[in-house]
Amino acid sequence: MNVNHPLVRQRRAQVVYGVLLALIGVLGLGFFRIQVLRSNTYRLTAESNRLRPLDLPAPRGTVFDRNGRVIADNVPGYAVTLLPAPGDSMVATLRRLEEVLPGLAARHDQLEAQARASYGQALVVDGDASYEEVAALEERRAEFPGVYIETRPVRRYAGGAAVGHLMGYIGEIDGEELASDFYDREPYEQGLVVGKGVGIERQYEHLLQGRKGVRYVEVDARRRIVGDFSGIETRLAVPGQDIHLSIDLELQEWIHHIFPDSMMGAVVALDPTDGNVLALYSAPSFDPNLFVGGIDTETWRALNTDPRRPMYNKAILGRFAPASPFKLATAAIGLDLGVVRPDEHMPQPCTGGFQYGRYWRCWKVGGHGDIDLLEAVQHSCDVYFYQLGLRIGLQRLLSEATELGFSTTCGIDLPAESPGIFPRGPEYWEQVFGYAPNESEVLSLSIGQGPNSQTPLKMAQFYTALARDGSAPAPRIYPDGPAPEGDPWRLDLSDEALATLREGLRRVTAPGGTAHMASLELWDLYGKTGTGESNLTQSGLADTDAWFVGMAGPRGGDPEVVVVVLVQSGGGGSATAAPIVAKAADFYLRRKHGIPVDTIQTLGEHVRTRGWPSWYRTILDDAERPTDPGSAGADPVPAPTPAPGAGG
Amino acid sequence: MGRWFRSWSMDPPLVAGVLILSIFGIAMIYSAGVTISPQRVVQVAWIRQLAWFGIALGVFTVVSRIPTGWLEWVAVPAYVMSLVLLAVTLVIGTGVGTAAGTKSSIAIAGFRFQPAEVAKLATVLVLARYLASRGSAPASLRDMVAPGFLAAVPLGLVLLQPDLGTAQAFVGILFATLFWAGAPVSLLLLLASPVAALILAFDTRVWSVYIVAVMGALYLLRYRLFLYESAAVLLTNFAAGTIARPLWDSMPPYQQNRILVYLDPQVDPRESGYHIIQSKIAIGNGGMWGKGFTDGTQKRYDFLPEQHTDFIFSVVGEELGFVGVILALLVFAWVMARLVRLAADAEDPFAGIVLMGIFGAWLVHIFVNVGMTVGVVPITGIPLPFVSYGGSFLLMSWVAVALAVRVGHDDERVTG
Repeated sequence: MNVNHPLVRQRRAQVVYGVLLALIGVLGLGFFRIQVLRSNTYRLTAESNRLRPLDLPAPRGTVFDRNGRVIADNVPGYAVTLLPAPGDSMVATLRRLEEVLPGLAARHDQLEAQARASYGQALVVDGDASYEEVAALEERRAEFPGVYIETRPVRRYAGGAAVGHLMGYIGEIDGEELASDFYDREPYEQGLVVGKGVGIERQYEHLLQGRKGVRYVEVDARRRIVGDFSGIETRLAVPGQDIHLSIDLELQEWIHHIFPDSMMGAVVALDPTDGNVLALYSAPSFDPNLFVGGIDTETWRALNTDPRRPMYNKAILGRFAPASPFKLATAAIGLDLGVVRPDEHMPQPCTGGFQYGRYWRCWKVGGHGDIDLLEAVQHSCDVYFYQLGLRIGLQRLLSEATELGFSTTCGIDLPAESPGIFPRGPEYWEQVFGYAPNESEVLSLSIGQGPNSQTPLKMAQFYTALARDGSAPAPRIYPDGPAPEGDPWRLDLSDEALATLREGLRRVTAPGGTAHMASLELWDLYGKTGTGESNLTQSGLADTDAWFVGMAGPRGGDPEVVVVVLVQSGGGGSATAAPIVAKAADFYLRRKHGIPVDTIQTLGEHVRTRGWPSWYRTILDDAERPTDPGSAGADPVPAPTPAPGAGG
Repeated sequence: MGRWFRSWSMDPPLVAGVLILSIFGIAMIYSAGVTISPQRVVQVAWIRQLAWFGIALGVFTVVSRIPTGWLEWVAVPAYVMSLVLLAVTLVIGTGVGTAAGTKSSIAIAGFRFQPAEVAKLATVLVLARYLASRGSAPASLRDMVAPGFLAAVPLGLVLLQPDLGTAQAFVGILFATLFWAGAPVSLLLLLASPVAALILAFDTRVWSVYIVAVMGALYLLRYRLFLYESAAVLLTNFAAGTIARPLWDSMPPYQQNRILVYLDPQVDPRESGYHIIQSKIAIGNGGMWGKGFTDGTQKRYDFLPEQHTDFIFSVVGEELGFVGVILALLVFAWVMARLVRLAADAEDPFAGIVLMGIFGAWLVHIFVNVGMTVGVVPITGIPLPFVSYGGSFLLMSWVAVALAVRVGHDDERVTG
């Protein structure tokens, strides 16, 4: 056979054509499968290859005070973000980032855990980087391909530490929160910044939280961002809702300013016209701005291990023996039940003590003599209230005080509030102390001692009722918010009875009153000092807690502001607490009535700095107003430096 | 001028085909350089390729005039010299780019060239000369020993570089030339059988069935084979089956992975599997009509590796789509079919075998290069003739065209 015969060659050529066709066909089929049959899948993969979704964080709603001043808003800040990558790669980048951003090292463990847990998501390593840090990072941009710097809204609290407890703070949502019912809804997901603490940020989280947007950027194979992508519509962030609080920011700041730095305590100011909160302050406070962008471990530990408990809102969580200010409750209950008339004298005049099973002392060793209810309130006479308590009876005092709300919360619109501690019935003694109470327990309770612990807020609500018609709604911080849960305060008191109680309170600051040096030029200041005994004071380890529960308003008019000040270990209420109440009330009322504010406000301050003020004559005249139900017989010539009266 | 032009017009279908491919290649190399963070080398590659294209055309006009007789005469010296060059390369050779770890090219006066490219053509010529001079078709396995040896020596030297991709071309050359010289397909299959045994040895049962099949084939072909040939086939099959496992174990992990990712790219998506995964994404992203010239996102954002050399066809797939791919494959098919046609028409056995040798080499290049971009074959570093960037490769491809045109039309010249 001639292998080179043309026909043989043609036959071989046919075989070769066949092989060629088969191989080209195999290739064609390979492309057909990928480019025609499965193109959509690959197209998506190509997009996810080069497109990275970046969150556009939504600004939280702005929080305004009652005058439209900004309490919390957002300013543009820088966030340093790691683009999604496998965990190991993100952790490696994180390590190198720590050289440029030294602040990250403190949070390394936390960030590493997040990087490993959040595969496929960008990780914000610093939510509030400084300009210097960003500049340093930009210089070494090429070394950090997966790092992205973006501007994002950053929370700012104009009031700083003045509004720490009021606002709470913000931080990244944690796993526990994410699992809770509160966050079991849109848009809560890992990495979101939410309100924390027991302030407004947490309370109105659902309103303040916006809806984040999304933006796509194109990245190259080394995860470097090479530009924005316009193909997929950018979804803009929707800001959170703005809210207007009843708070007076300037008053809040003023209180922060005047509250002694070294002291622990709380201040609550309510507006008696509607029961809304004007100021809510707990000392020491914290600056919520510290939490923005992630607080460092050291500061966090310091805040939480400080024995003065700066993270603890004493105004709504702290409970203290209410002491003398509670005598008004005893009086109100007695008047309400009709067991005492405003001008009634008790059978036994005060001789410095009272015999009931044992000898019960009055705080004033010399005794108050034969006085009526008004004088008893004015002088805080224990003996009078012992007898009034006995008239009411233990059972009735317990049920009435419980009814008023001394065993429950006020229902303020904050995430947490301690209920007052007050026995609901005689069984309380058996449960807690293991014995049945006898009638003598009513003596302790009627002067604010015994198993009775109230929050400053609760006392403020009670005095708001006295400043109104005997009723007080649940205190509100955001009046336009959802309806309150707490029951309103309700006392059935005649106008005469209310006038008597208020007049008694007014005389506390009148000449001869225990808090006279706190009296003000323009306003009637009403109030009750108190010296609370705590376990520490009884064992001699600490000074007594000082109360001043007060209200103030134009002379002869209704009170327009209720202020409660508690200074822990503050000694007597008239010396430490009363001036704070007076200064806060004066500050608020002057601004409300358009009168310039002075820093020298109380009589005591005037006397110490400028001598006796000219307006003191008015006060003296006022002391002898004809409306006086009783004759106080005030000394017209005051002692140059009146000794601060013991509170109780 | 007329004579110059005649060398071009000797085979317009073939020359037109490779001209289209070369210009298409330069265009695609230009596109490969259009990325978001351009590398200078890739960005200007098309200009260098254009320059080499000019040189290649010049060389073409010269080589296409060499009388066929000279080619026959030069075959042996060229072959020997290319072997020497390959050996020298193993000592002083260097690698470039991704082949930096290999000893595949030598630099002369600033120019790099790969002796393997010369060796391919020299081997085609020497095989053609040997087979054509035999006068009769290789009818037994024994007849295939000498040609097998001629191909195996350069193949082995190239493997030592190591350059598995180019080595495969010698296999293509050997089988194509043997076939055209008249070797029966059954013998060629037997010749290839040890390779199949090597692969199938990883499953003992399949391998057993295969060995029985080989024995059956040997029985059927018992009249055409010497006994010792049958024994040799069987032995090599057994040997291949036996060394398969140790051979696998002795391979460096990166080579093992290259084979494993062919079966499943996801076993190593970041390293060995990265090329094939990104290449398939690019091609799939192109869809039916493609993203448009220079607009492939996989390429543009640097996800596609080697986009101007070995993976140039992925750029074709992404930017010109299935339609562009099929058109490109059709041009290749056209060129290849033209080679077969010339071979079939060539009265001179030497001419026919040279044409088929070139055909065999290109077929391996095209099938393996294009096939690896879609995962049809495992990835080996092998360029696509006329399209991939590479000066000496383009030049030698055009020399091959010149040889094809020369030998394919010798008859006309003699008569004309």
